[in-house]
Amino acid sequence: MKSKILEVGKSQYTLRDQFGLSITKLAKKNKKIIVLDADVAGGTGLHRFRKKFPKRFFQCGIAEQNMISLAGGLASLGFIPIVTTFSVFMLRGLEQARLSIAYNNSNVKLVASHPGLDVGPDGGSAQCLEDLAIFRSLPNFRVISPADPNEMDSAVKEIIKFKGPVYMRTGRSEIKKIFTKKYKFKIGKGKIIKKGEDLSIIACGVMVERALVASKKLEKEGIKARVVNMSSIKPIDKDLIIKCAKETKKFIIAEDHNKFGGLGSAVSEVISEFCPIKVKYISVQDEFGISGEPNELAEKFNLDYKAIIKLAKKLNLKK
Amino acid sequence: MSKFDQDVNYIRALILLSIFKAKSGHPGGSLSSVDFLYFLFDKVLKLKKKDFKNWNRNYFILSKGHCAPALYAVGFIKKFLSFNSLLNLRKIDSNTQGHTDLRKLNWVGASTGSLGQGLSYATGIALGLKSKKVNKKVFVMVGDGEIQEGQVWESLMFSAHYKLDNLIIILDYNKIQSDDFNKNIMNFEPLKDKLISFGMNVQEIDGHNFNQIKNCLLRIKKNKKPNFIISHTIKGKGVTFMENKPQWHGSVKLTFEQIKEALIELNNFEKLRKYL
Repeated sequence: MKSKILEVGKSQYTLRDQFGLSITKLAKKNKKIIVLDADVAGGTGLHRFRKKFPKRFFQCGIAEQNMISLAGGLASLGFIPIVTTFSVFMLRGLEQARLSIAYNNSNVKLVASHPGLDVGPDGGSAQCLEDLAIFRSLPNFRVISPADPNEMDSAVKEIIKFKGPVYMRTGRSEIKKIFTKKYKFKIGKGKIIKKGEDLSIIACGVMVERALVASKKLEKEGIKARVVNMSSIKPIDKDLIIKCAKETKKFIIAEDHNKFGGLGSAVSEVISEFCPIKVKYISVQDEFGISGEPNELAEKFNLDYKAIIKLAKKLNLKK
Repeated sequence: MSKFDQDVNYIRALILLSIFKAKSGHPGGSLSSVDFLYFLFDKVLKLKKKDFKNWNRNYFILSKGHCAPALYAVGFIKKFLSFNSLLNLRKIDSNTQGHTDLRKLNWVGASTGSLGQGLSYATGIALGLKSKKVNKKVFVMVGDGEIQEGQVWESLMFSAHYKLDNLIIILDYNKIQSDDFNKNIMNFEPLKDKLISFGMNVQEIDGHNFNQIKNCLLRIKKNKKPNFIISHTIKGKGVTFMENKPQWHGSVKLTFEQIKEALIELNNFEKLRKYL
């Protein structure tokens, strides 16, 4: 069966590029949108916005704490500030995000490029593996991590529609296109993107494409792995998790993030309360990354499709 | 005694009454900052309760948010707050939270309690008003201990870079922070030189002198530089046993004898004794 939402192939844009394109397009209609940057617009994909709307682009210099509190003040006047930097530097303004944004339920979007091992050669200090856990713990914040450029385009529209704080991951590396333009992102909703009943692979961000590859290869060995794109990490799609738990009985949760506090924890919190089942995790095992190409790092840290296949086989043997 | 000084004495008494009832709070910095605060709300900001729903107005933000009792007492005088709320300072389910809180009161400007953030938040408002081409002012008061925060200097760099001459920063310089005198904790002098080199218009005044407060605000320039007023004050001003003593920074529990002595000195004991 040919899926209406799947279209795996080479993408023209990285997630950060797509974010820059989508927000610039949206800003033509929505004059409330402004961008704050900490000297990384070239890296976050916002150079397009800067060029198109120089008066709505505010360079804040390499001073993230001021930038993030500043956004709270701007939001109080009705602006929709898009605060952009690398995800690891968002942590520098964590307490500012807590008091100047989350506390007041301010309409500010923190959009972070360079998350996870996907950062690659810049190395461990730049590879943010803690952001999902940290921002998930702030009240009022929505936390999302789209998987491909088409989903990113849809997510940009949704986070602007939503009134309140959002933390969204983009991505640094070139990734494959997964979805057609028909794919719609909704805050709080996940989606089954490949059918299967032997187990479910719940993934977000760069792990979604790897989960799809793993599922296809497993199919040849007679294992039918469902793939769920769980791009909304907070709020998490409780109903879908319960449904998949009941139907497939086993989960692999995959994320480019530390094992604590991210997607794995978010899904497990639902499972342990409502539908205890067997769960395995694909994530970084409480350590920091190193320099290397993203694909090399994925292999080394067991975040590639092969690691998913290995784990799936283990799970399925214990039927 | 002028009407203004009489009013300020009454506000000082209300601050201490609310802290007495709360059994905690920060009297020292509330008493040092209140002259300037009251002057702003009484003579400059021209805000009524209904104005706070609109963004197109003047702003005041108390970045040294632990001195919320001073802002609440001024708010009571300006009819933004009930007397009951004032007496419920720091109590469960009150709108007078320990630090100013936008979730509870829309007129307090910002949620505070983490030093440095209120200044950046105010700077964001000043930037927003400028970019909307609205000719309104943003006043923000910072504490002396507060300026040890790196974020404060990030923010000053920003407001100078963006030429935010609609931003007026007031430093309540009472020389004492939580544990001790500033100079013993972390010296930041020579401060005026630092601020000038950061691109501020700097004025220095006696923050307990009505005329000096008035005149410094008349001298606010529109020369594409942010304004910074170093307001020299006395911690615990108006209550002799509190003046210039680090122990009255807070968060302190006042005894009945202490509040009585303070209210007597402020000429408001008879008026307020029934609430003790």
